[in-house]
Amino acid sequence: MAEFWSSYLWPLIVVAAQSLLLLVVLLVAIAYVLYADRKIWAAVQIRRGPNVVGPWGLLQSFADLIKFVLKEPVIPAGANKGVFLLAPLVTCVLSLAAWAVIPVSAGWVIADINVGVLYIFAISSLSVYGIIMAGWASNSKYPFLAALRSAAQMVSYEVSIGFVIITVLLCAGSLNLSAIVEAQNGRFGLFSWYWLPLFPMFVVFFVSALAETNRPPFDLVEAESELVAGFMVEYGSTPYMMFMLGEYVAIATMCSMGTILFLGGWLPPAPIPPFTWVPGIVWFALKALFLFFLFAMVKAFVPRYRYDQLMRLGWKVFLPLSIAMVVVVAAVLQFAGLAPR
Amino acid sequence: MSIAAAFFYLFAGVCVASAFMVIAARNPVHSVLFLILAFVNAAGLLLLLGAEFLAMILVVVYVGAVAVLFLFVVMMLDVDFAELKQGVLQFLPVGALVGIVFLVELLLVVGAWTFGPGVPRSIEAAIPPLETMTNTEALGLVLYTRYIYFFQAAGLVLLIAMIGAIVLTLQHRRGVKRQDVARQNARTPETAIEIRKVQPGQGI
Repeated sequence: MAEFWSSYLWPLIVVAAQSLLLLVVLLVAIAYVLYADRKIWAAVQIRRGPNVVGPWGLLQSFADLIKFVLKEPVIPAGANKGVFLLAPLVTCVLSLAAWAVIPVSAGWVIADINVGVLYIFAISSLSVYGIIMAGWASNSKYPFLAALRSAAQMVSYEVSIGFVIITVLLCAGSLNLSAIVEAQNGRFGLFSWYWLPLFPMFVVFFVSALAETNRPPFDLVEAESELVAGFMVEYGSTPYMMFMLGEYVAIATMCSMGTILFLGGWLPPAPIPPFTWVPGIVWFALKALFLFFLFAMVKAFVPRYRYDQLMRLGWKVFLPLSIAMVVVVAAVLQFAGLAPR
Repeated sequence: MSIAAAFFYLFAGVCVASAFMVIAARNPVHSVLFLILAFVNAAGLLLLLGAEFLAMILVVVYVGAVAVLFLFVVMMLDVDFAELKQGVLQFLPVGALVGIVFLVELLLVVGAWTFGPGVPRSIEAAIPPLETMTNTEALGLVLYTRYIYFFQAAGLVLLIAMIGAIVLTLQHRRGVKRQDVARQNARTPETAIEIRKVQPGQGI
């Protein structure tokens, strides 16, 4: 019994507690990320944004949460009920599951697995199912069209994200996210992070992340001017909220991935005292928030792409570019003798 | 019973049950969704074996790409599978007979399976010691050295399949307006717009 307790039950309790802590912190952070998104958008358009609930509107997201939860969920008569309700759950759970392997500071990770990058890649390739299932189960034209085009979009951009990740792996020599961050720990502080040597890939990653999370200018899933609200037309109340939550958690995941792969994760921008005193989690959060700020600014001032332009960018521009970069990076590493052992 | 065994029975049980549901489900879309569940559980089984790279690749390739295409096709087809399944009971004896014959043949083949004298040695020689490296590295080390020709040949076969699919489906329709992005971007106000002063009441 004692052995059962010490080898199975206690680790299980520890992991559960860690996960709970991470989820609570993450969800509260998401509430303010959403608020920040609306505020930044409003500031660009010279509006005030949410400013009524709480001081400066700080409690707006929580008011929205209560509003969504208290509303009556409506399921269309023609919908496939099981799949209809499963879709938002899939979206939400998968996007939260990705956070199991994200190291927010040195050693602060729930599961430090060998194939962390692949795990996140696998999870993000699964998240397309939430959208397809929602579009099909709604049994309605607009959601179905939106689901088809968004599935094609996500699958297309996943390919270039895959190649971007491969270039980073070539430099770091590991699939473990903590090891990738440690590999960027150099003498030159922020100039030894991978955004500088792999700058084209950083740009490709950023744009692909926008497309992968269906953010403007690639939000053809929602495209309110043509498809009303895309695959979410038939959804309301809590299921709709779960889609929104999943979307924003996925955005936070992509920002953290960008931070880990290109911006040195929790490493301070210069390896000298005043910067090294600050705990790693602060640097991680600052970098991820910086990436999110870019996401929000892009949403505010880039017009939406047409669908054929989106596909052209993914397949004819990013894919050849990233494949060429894989070859170039591998060749440079090999012939300059920089390849990690 | 250890935790690993409990998880094995969980994954294996769900895997077999969902594989059964793939053929038993009335709705073809449900069939594909059950197929996805079976894939994910198979990935779980691979994880239990310690083959984490294969598990993740299984999810990325089969669930993330192949099954999405399945789902696309099944959703677009609009085949009335309930009608197709009308005669299930009628054909059940024949199907069962074929299935049993196939099963017996498989059992005979697998039961009589022995390795040649040189095979175990050559397999073992190829596998680097797993304590010293992760299985991603181990796989890469044999895949790109010992089995490089097989790997390249597999890639070549896939390339030919891809070219074949493109050749079969690509058709350039004439008389359709197409956008040439380079030309579009090269346009300037000077080449695109002509400004004229129009006198009132005269027109152009």
